[in-house]
Amino acid sequence: MADIKFNEANQKKFEQLLKRYPQKRAAMLPTLWLAQEQYGWLSPEVMTYVGGLLEVPPSKVYEVATFYTMFHLQPVGKYHFQVCRTLSCQLRGAEGITAQLKKRFGIGIGQTSEDGRFTLTEVECLGSCGTAPMLQLNDDYHEDLTEAKLDQLIESLE
Amino acid sequence: MDVMEAKVLTKNFGVKDSHTLPVYESTGGYNVLKRLFSMKPEEVIEEVKKSGLRGRGGAGFPTGLKWSFVPKDSPKPKYLCVNADESEPGTFKDRYLMELDPHRLIEGIIVCSYAIDCHQSYIYIRGEFVFPKERLEQAIAEAYAKGYLGKNILGSGYDLELTVHRGAGAYICGEETALLNSLEGLRGMPRLKPPFPAVVGLFGCPTVVNNVETLSALPFILGEGPEAYRKFGTEKSPGTKMFSVSGHVVRPGNYEIPLGYSLKKLIEEDCGGMKDGKALKAVIPGGSSVPVLPAKDAMEVNLDYESLAEKGSMLGSGGVIVMDETTCMVKTLTNLAHFYAHESCGQCSPCREGTGWAHKILKRMLAGEGRAGDLETLHRIADNMAGKTICVLADALAMPIWSYLKHFRSEFEAYIEK
Repeated sequence: MADIKFNEANQKKFEQLLKRYPQKRAAMLPTLWLAQEQYGWLSPEVMTYVGGLLEVPPSKVYEVATFYTMFHLQPVGKYHFQVCRTLSCQLRGAEGITAQLKKRFGIGIGQTSEDGRFTLTEVECLGSCGTAPMLQLNDDYHEDLTEAKLDQLIESLE
Repeated sequence: MDVMEAKVLTKNFGVKDSHTLPVYESTGGYNVLKRLFSMKPEEVIEEVKKSGLRGRGGAGFPTGLKWSFVPKDSPKPKYLCVNADESEPGTFKDRYLMELDPHRLIEGIIVCSYAIDCHQSYIYIRGEFVFPKERLEQAIAEAYAKGYLGKNILGSGYDLELTVHRGAGAYICGEETALLNSLEGLRGMPRLKPPFPAVVGLFGCPTVVNNVETLSALPFILGEGPEAYRKFGTEKSPGTKMFSVSGHVVRPGNYEIPLGYSLKKLIEEDCGGMKDGKALKAVIPGGSSVPVLPAKDAMEVNLDYESLAEKGSMLGSGGVIVMDETTCMVKTLTNLAHFYAHESCGQCSPCREGTGWAHKILKRMLAGEGRAGDLETLHRIADNMAGKTICVLADALAMPIWSYLKHFRSEFEAYIEK
């Protein structure tokens, strides 16, 4: 517990964002984002720390963190492939994209490769239906995917 | 009317660096503010009412009327929350409006905020939209630096702060009261209405929640006048609307068209027709939550609120999903049931249980284990979900279930054991 603490830059960001809301608790999502940025995922200790900052019980942080799909409750790989599985992408071949990644990384959906580099998840509509099939790799969208394009993307990663 | 003339929202889309302040200003951007601050807030609301603008997020509620519900005599602060939580499957318009023309949105936000006496506005953007969020934040910084935001805007004495608030992955937060709870730092669960947000909204204060596209239409309406806006569209559905076309067409993408435009023309001409020359089977005209139209109806309908209602569907968010003759409708509905079961917030039993149950049955049918009575059960589940919950997420699966079973029943029957 003692080690969990925002670094200096994030502490400053946290203090800035508190000014934007009339209630501390309203800074919950942005604070969790900052914490996830720093630690990579939200451990129970990190959630307790955030609760202390916002003056709410850890259980209130936990209920929020578990409600939203983008908060990680366990560590994820360096490269997080999130394949959109919803209708427009399915119509344009999303299943092939998922199958290609499974085969390539030798992992199933929701799993991380043994070397900790790759995590594969299926996600619901990412609002990129006109450029389907697509996936989000960490923060970035990769659209109009083909088998060759996806291979190229994977090759380009360190 | 020719599609090319009807450009209210997308006229800068092809312009280089359209997202930057100098380019927006060079096309007349922020000119509306001078006129705005010379008007009384009631006059602004009156102009928006006259324009006939309706909420473009999906519900289609008249925008000016929504603003007029904010109590003028309330001593509490008022808030504008911009709904940029675009998540309705098949919809990807707000993303481009924010990426390519964020200043138009900001100008619209200033118009609405001034009209409802709001001094702090929040843009609630879905967590996955990292790039649009960066674009917005750059634009907001530019607008502050130029005095379009902050204290005493352009010497008018009017103050407005604008903050981007990032969601974290939850379809339900596009529902306006779930959005408010999420912004307050809670789980995104919808609230019982009444009271409506206009009276008891964010932090218990009067609040307007408007969609990105709705607000982006305001600079035109205030600048050119409500009559100019009404020149587009039909008498009952005035103006233009973004339609996001996806699925089996040659050119998927965003199309801004005057309301009342033919869906057939949109698919066959603007989108270049069906991909690989296949035949059309069905179209979802307004995002995955609205009833599906079989090809025959789709080819006859016009894209406005009234024509789509006549055919038993809805305009919704304008997410047009086109399916060709090779599409399996059982698989399609299973995909959607998975979506709604995943996104149900879980607070109302009919939705939490119904969406999951419907998905399980469909998944089993798809795996070749359909049983006699499955279709009747699906129908009954839909009947017991719709209209019986706090928000309309349950209805958003009930409508697809009813319409798929109605129009494509034989396909579903083929999956039932004889």
